[in-house]
Order: sequence, then C-alpha cells, then structure tokens
Amino acid sequence: MIGELNSNVPEGDIEGLWTQHKFDMKLVNPANKRKFKVIVVGTGLAGASAAATMGELGYEVEAFTYHDSPRRAHSIAAQGGINGAKNYQNDGDSVYRLFYDTVKGGDFRSREANVYRLAEVSVNIIDQATAQGVPFARDYGGLLDNRSFGGAQVSRTFYARGQTGQQLLLGAYSALMRQVHEGTVALHTRKEMVDLIVKDDKACGIVVRDVITGKVTSHSAHAVVLATGGYGNVYYLSTNAMMCNVTAAWRAHRKGALFANPCYTQIHPTCIPASDEFQSKLTLMSESLRNDGRIWVPKSHDETRAAADIPEDERDYYLERKYPSFGNLVPRDVASRNAKTVVDEGRGVGELKNGVYLDFADAIARDGEDTIRAKYGNLFDMYERITGENPYQTPMRIYPATHYTMGGLWVDYNLMSNLPGLFAIGECNFSDHGANRLGASALMQGLADGYFVLPYTVGNYLAPLLGTDPVDTSDPVFTEAEAEVNEQNQRWLSINGTKSVDHYHRELGKLVWNYIGMERDKNGLEKAITEIAALEEEFLANVRVLGSADTLNQSLEKVQRVADFFELALLKARDALDREESAGGHFRTESQTEEGEAKRDDERFQHVAAWEWTGKGNDPVRHQEELTFDYVLPSQRSYK
Amino acid sequence: MSNTLNLTLKVWRQDGPNGAGRFESYEANGIADDASFLEMLDVVNERLIEDGQEPITFESDCREGICGTCGIMINGKAHGPQKGTATCQLHMRKFSDGDNITIEPWRAESFPILKDLAVDRSALDHIIEAGGYITVNTGGAPDANLIPVPKEAADMAFDAAACIGCGACVAACPNSAAQLFTSAKLQHMNLLPQGQPERWDRAENMVETMEMFFGSCTNHGECHEACPKEISLDFIAFLNRDYVKAKIKNRKLLGQN
Ligand SMILES: Cc1cc2nc3c(=O)[nH]c(=O)nc-3n(C[C@H](O)[C@H](O)[C@H](O)COP(=O)(O)OP(=O)(O)OC[C@H]3O[C@@H](n4cnc5c(N)ncnc54)[C@H](O)[C@@H]3O)c2cc1C
Ligand code: SF4
Repeated sequence: MIGELNSNVPEGDIEGLWTQHKFDMKLVNPANKRKFKVIVVGTGLAGASAAATMGELGYEVEAFTYHDSPRRAHSIAAQGGINGAKNYQNDGDSVYRLFYDTVKGGDFRSREANVYRLAEVSVNIIDQATAQGVPFARDYGGLLDNRSFGGAQVSRTFYARGQTGQQLLLGAYSALMRQVHEGTVALHTRKEMVDLIVKDDKACGIVVRDVITGKVTSHSAHAVVLATGGYGNVYYLSTNAMMCNVTAAWRAHRKGALFANPCYTQIHPTCIPASDEFQSKLTLMSESLRNDGRIWVPKSHDETRAAADIPEDERDYYLERKYPSFGNLVPRDVASRNAKTVVDEGRGVGELKNGVYLDFADAIARDGEDTIRAKYGNLFDMYERITGENPYQTPMRIYPATHYTMGGLWVDYNLMSNLPGLFAIGECNFSDHGANRLGASALMQGLADGYFVLPYTVGNYLAPLLGTDPVDTSDPVFTEAEAEVNEQNQRWLSINGTKSVDHYHRELGKLVWNYIGMERDKNGLEKAITEIAALEEEFLANVRVLGSADTLNQSLEKVQRVADFFELALLKARDALDREESAGGHFRTESQTEEGEAKRDDERFQHVAAWEWTGKGNDPVRHQEELTFDYVLPSQRSYK
Repeated sequence: MSNTLNLTLKVWRQDGPNGAGRFESYEANGIADDASFLEMLDVVNERLIEDGQEPITFESDCREGICGTCGIMINGKAHGPQKGTATCQLHMRKFSDGDNITIEPWRAESFPILKDLAVDRSALDHIIEAGGYITVNTGGAPDANLIPVPKEAADMAFDAAACIGCGACVAACPNSAAQLFTSAKLQHMNLLPQGQPERWDRAENMVETMEMFFGSCTNHGECHEACPKEISLDFIAFLNRDYVKAKIKNRKLLGQN
C-alpha cells in the first residue's frame, strides 16, 4: 500500500535549494563508483545524456534501446529549439523569468522547486552542448544566436536550423559512444524492455527481448533509470515517431510505480492534416509559421471554391476576430481548440474538410517571396513534398495533432519514483511541465535530467548500498518474469484472429482522439471508458499476429505495445473524468470562462493525480500530491 | 486531387540473416497517390496479414526524413527516384499507374540483412565510437560564448552534421565505401574550434576503423547522388587531407596554431 506521496523537496529558499541539496546529498567516493551498476533504458536525449554522464563519473552503466543505434530516437525530430536562460540578448531574461514562464505556462499544475532547478541548469546545457560541437546558429561575430519561440517575450531559444533535436541528440550520442569506447557503458541496441523487476519493494532489474533473435534475458542492477519517452502514440496519429510507445513506463506502473496526470497531453496546432485511412503519422509544421501566416476558413459551410477565389469578405480570420491583441499567436491550446471548432462546424478546408488555411499571401505581398523563402524555405519544401501543393501559391492546410505528453511516471524531487531504485527522466516522467509544456522546453528538460540532475541524485540513493550486490538474475523474480514474457508471446501468436494490430491501434486512436482529445466532457469520457474496454476485449480475442517469437517480428513487437496503450487509454479517460476542471492541455467543456478559456478549480484540483495499478479489471487508486505556489501566484489566463 | 494507382511490386523476402532470400511479386492496387512510399507498404502489409501471409519487414521511425532509420533500394536506387529525399518522404505521386517497382534492402557486405528489407548498420556506430566525439565531461564546459565560431565555419560544420546516418551512401557505392558518412561525421567536428585538440587522432582513428569494415573509395560520386541530405563530396576531400596530415603531424606542437 502506498502511503502519503512525498515530493522530497528540501526546505529553503527556492533560489538556493538545488545547491544546498547537492551539498546535502550523500556522495559515492570515486573509487567506489564502479562497484555500482545502473541500468538506463532509452538512449534519446534524456537516456543518452544520463548514461554518458554516469559513465564519466565511473559507474558501471548498461544502456538499452530498441533502436538499432542510439543515434536514433524520437528526440531527433525536434525542430524548433531549446531554451536556456543565458540572457545573451540582453533582453531581460533570467533564471527566475524562465522559471516564472514555465510555471505559468504549465497552468499552475507543476512543482515549483523542480521547475526552478530546470531553469537554473538550463544555462549549463547550452555550455555542454556547445563544447560537444553542437552547431547552434551563430551571428556574424561568431557568437550564439537566439530567437523568441512559442510566444515568449524574450529571445532565449537556441536553435540549430530546423534540426535542433537532431544536433543535440548527436551530441549526447557522441558523448555516449565515447563512454562505450572507454568501457564504462555497455550498450545493448535492439533490446526492448518488457518488464521491470522488483524485489523487496526495490527496483532491481529488467527483462528485455532481443528484437532480432527473440531471446528474452534478464539484467540486474543497483538502480534502474527509465528514459523511454512519451505516450502520444496512444492517439495512433501523432507527430511522434512510429516506434514511440508507453510499454516500459507501463510495465513499471504494473509493478507498482505510480502514473501521474495521464490526461495531460499537448495538441500542437500546426500539423499537416491527415489524408486518409492510410495515414500513418502526422507531420509538424514549425510554430514559427504563425508569425507570418494568417489563419482562416471560409465563412460558408458549403464553400467549394479554391482559396484564391474566395473574396476577402467571405473569409473568417477567426483568431484575429476573437483574440484581437494576440491574433494568430495565441497559445497552442487556444489555437488548437479554435481550429477544432471551425472544422466541427463544417467549415474545414481541403478535400476532407479537415483543416484550416495558414495563408502567406499577405506576407509575400508585404515582404516579397524571397524574404519568405529565406525564413521558411525548408518548411515550405517539406510541405510540398508531403502534400504536393505549393504554399507560395495556395495557402497551407493545417490541423492540430497530438505532440507531447506532460503526464508520465510520478517522480519526487530526486526524479525517483515511489519504487526505491526506479528513476524516470525526460518525457517519460511527469515532472516539470504541469498541464501544458512551453515550446523548446522538452529538450531542455530531457537534458537537464540526464546531464545535471539524475547523476547527482542517483548517487544519493546508491551510497548506502555500498557492499551489496545486485540481485542475481537466476533469482525466481527474474526467471518467472522471463517465463511469463515467453508465454505471453505465445498467446499473442496463437490468437490468430482476423484483424491486424494496426487496425486495432487505429481504432483505439480514433476513440482517444474523439473523447480525450482537445475537448473533453463527462458524457464523452464515460463513453470512452465503455467503448475502449469493448474494443480492448475484441482486440484480445481477434487480433492476428503471424510469424514466430524467435525472429524479427514487428507485429509481435507492436501487439504488446498496443495492449499497453489500451490499458493506458482507460486510465487516461479515468483521470480526465475525475479532473473536473480545465487546466492547460486538459480542457473540460464544463469548466470554461465566459471567454471560452480553460478555467481551473484550484480549490479542488491544485494537485497531481498519481494512479496506482491494482490489477487488470480493477479500479485504479488515485493518490494526490498537493501543490503549493509560494513564488508564482496562480492567475487566470486571458488572451483577449 | 488524389488519384489511385495500381502497381506491381517485386519485393526481396528473406526469412532471417542466414536465409536464402528471393523476390516475391505483389499487386498493390488502389494506392492513393497522396500516400508516402512507406504508407503504400503499410497498406500492402495489412492486406498480406488479412490473407494470412507474414507482412514485409522494413524499418522506419520518424517518417520525417530525419532519423535515418528507413532506407531501401527502389528500382535500383537508394531511397528511390527523388533527389535529396529519404524513403519515408517519397510520395506515390512520383509514380504512375501500372508501374512495376522493385524493392530491395541496402546491398553491402558490411550491412548484413536481418530480415526482408531490414539490415544491420551497426558498423557505422563503430566508426563514431572510434573518435566521432569531442572529449568534454559533463560539467567541464566553459561558457558557450567563450568559444566564438566564425559563422562560415559553423555553417559548413552544420552542412556536415546534417548527415542522418542512413547508410544510403554505402548502399549506392559500387565498392560499398563509407567515405561520405565518415567524412561528414569527421568534418562536423574537425571544422569547429572545439574539435581542434583531437583533430588528428580523430581523423586517424575514424578512417582506420572505417577501413576495417568498408570498401575503398574510388571517387564514383554515387554516394552524393543517393544521399538524402545531399552531403557534399568536398568533405571526402577534407577527410583525405586530414588523414594524410595526421600521419605526419607532430601532435606535441598542436598548441602553436
Ligand atoms: C515533431 C516534434 C518536434 C518537437 N520539437 C521540439 C522542440 O523544438 N523543442 C523541444 O524542446 N521539444 C520538442 N519536441 C519534444 C521533444 O522532442 C521530446 O519530448 C524529447 O525529445 C523526448 O526525449 P526523451 O529522451 O525523453 O525520449 P525519446 O527521444 O523518445 O527517447 C526514448 C528512448 O527510449 C527507448 N525506448 C523506449 N521504450 C523502450 C523499451 N521498452 N525498451 C528499450 N528502449 C526503449 C527508445 O529506443 C529511445 O532511445 C518535439 C517533439 C516532436 C514530436
Ligand atoms: S552521408 Fe548521406 S547517405 Fe550517407 S549516411 Fe549520411 S545522410 Fe545517409
């Protein structure tokens, strides 16, 4: 049974908290570090940076990824940039301002102490990445350039063309490969974690399946770190990479780790709309396009003319109309919800009437095509490659898509879950973004966790364990889990139903999108729970997985991930249903201001909801971590 | 407006690393030309599963042309007919109704086939492990603006850093050489001030590791033609220059320039 949730935030003034905590934490002496074994699952930004740094410190690290190389992870697709409170532009930025903006942006549903630390170490990330050779944009004097991103009032975003995530990941990957070369990190590629092992209430290892040979093996350690990314693919269609999934975090949840705020998801307003059933994922178009593009739909529901033939007075520039001061630059959630409203009204554009226009005609007339090409050329090319339409001539079509998940495994200030020895970092934890994440701060959080927070806090956990050995992998806790994995794989192969895994994933995604998407209400969420459960039952009885378990079998890999998505989807609906307020990315239609903004209920919901698994088919238990705001006082957002 | 295509695919099927492998033909009818090439394969796979046949194994992840996971030979061309485009960004509107399309995995001894269209590219990681990094422990970095980098140098380093590690250059090369990949990775670091202290060791270690796994470069230039990021052949010239210099450079005098 789980007692009171303790965030373990130290006492004291927020500005000196992390420094003091670093001093107070126990240290492992350099010669003893190699006596500790740490498993890191995931080699995206968070995992690669953590594994490399712990390797440098001298721990014996084992890193796992199901990718073929740590060079690849979903992190690589991040485009826009990474925040760092350097104030290189002398425009009034500071650690405190980044902290303030992040707490406010998260709609007062994050932990102040964590966010302050994030802002504090953001500056070190920029130094570290630059020293590694990450080619951030520079000005003519050779110094680093910045831009303002996602409506921020200061220019604190560092960027590497439109490929910031790629370059940061290559930096972390190179640091990791250096440690592999040094022998401090053992790298296991194409190994999928399929279970977490807990003994005497402590996380002590994992079970993995070799994706190529199908062999299931166990690995034990003094501590296990999950850096396995977000769960956005529960929607099937999202901007996430195809292989992103919740399995590692979910298996840990089933072994006792609490899952926090699963209902918090970010829907990004500017993505290319789906073409048809065959659509496999959605592509993000950078947020920066909203700086020059104007968003509109036709006024009439029956409009059939091409965009250029629709006269000005028959167009509805709905964001400019409803939010005269912010116009097209309203925050992500507001822009997304408004797009949904006009499309639901039947005023969508494109063959399937499932998008809105993002029109550059005025910007081109004002600044010239060359200027627009210089700013957005690569994005326009990408758009044309995907849609076959030329955005210099016809407006882009865009629509919101799932992009980021703020919820995840519950962790304390030390990034440790409620299970001693299990840590979670990067997008797979719930820690720093509250109910909504600001642009350019996921890369920052992943690297803050991996380079600068976890390597300290893990030492504090390990120090008292000196002289103990990891649990032997011949222990029944491991062998029984391995046997269960093998049996489950055989069960999947023997169902031999009629429909593919992708079919069920797609159908699940539709339910999650319709009921737990941009707008949620009681009625819909209750329906979601019944309909998801019914679909899950059909899936378990009727999915068809061909082939065998002892070879590369992509359907078998997918089926167990989709099974976890079903369970997560149910929890997400539950969480959304119980949270009878709107906050950030969680919009309950019953809880809005007169202006249609998300309306929080601080009296009842100024807390984190952390869910405990109680067995399949049983009601999960909802735990609460109360949140207090001593520095940034909660206020109602307004963008009129 | 989207149209549909009827296609005939000839696809390499191989059960495992040691299987013999063979071409199989599939009809892919009613494919929307708005679909990407990989979405077309997704559709084919769903139909195969419905018919009780194992789907075609192929790899992909971001489907935005940036992760480098995908990559197949399409009608004998690495990543297919569209220049500067990874397989996942190729769309069916580049094909015509009635086309025959031959689909094969990367063909290179250093990339063993795992199953169907999936290959093992881990040899590329060995090259990075040999020296594709700048030695700087976490926490040891100076303030980022203490290292000014001339914009031209930064831009050029970026052009090299854009490589996505897909391996198309190796697959396209008649000798299965990995010069374009290695040169991109090497010059990303060697062009930057931060990369200077280890420049010569890096050149030696990466090039010699590359030679352990891959064939030799005889300047065909096929790699550049196939490269989805259009990495410049100039980097290969820089690699050769750095490697030759590394062999004669007295490292003890490095602090002088
Ligand atoms: C299109 C797009 C653009 C974005 N742009 C930005 C941006 O401009 N700025 C910003 O700050 N953020 C951006 N984000 C968000 C940001 O990219 C991610 O939140 C972040 O990169 C997540 O990093 P991570 O290390 O936590 O996880 P990931 O990068 O997802 O890495 C997960 C790792 O875990 C491994 N893994 C997962 N499960 C298992 C398992 N069961 N067994 C073994 N290994 C496993 C994977 O192999 C991988 O190595 C963007 C996101 C998207 C989708
Ligand atoms: S050089 Fe080009 S073709 Fe070769 S791995 Fe890099 S991106 Fe791929």
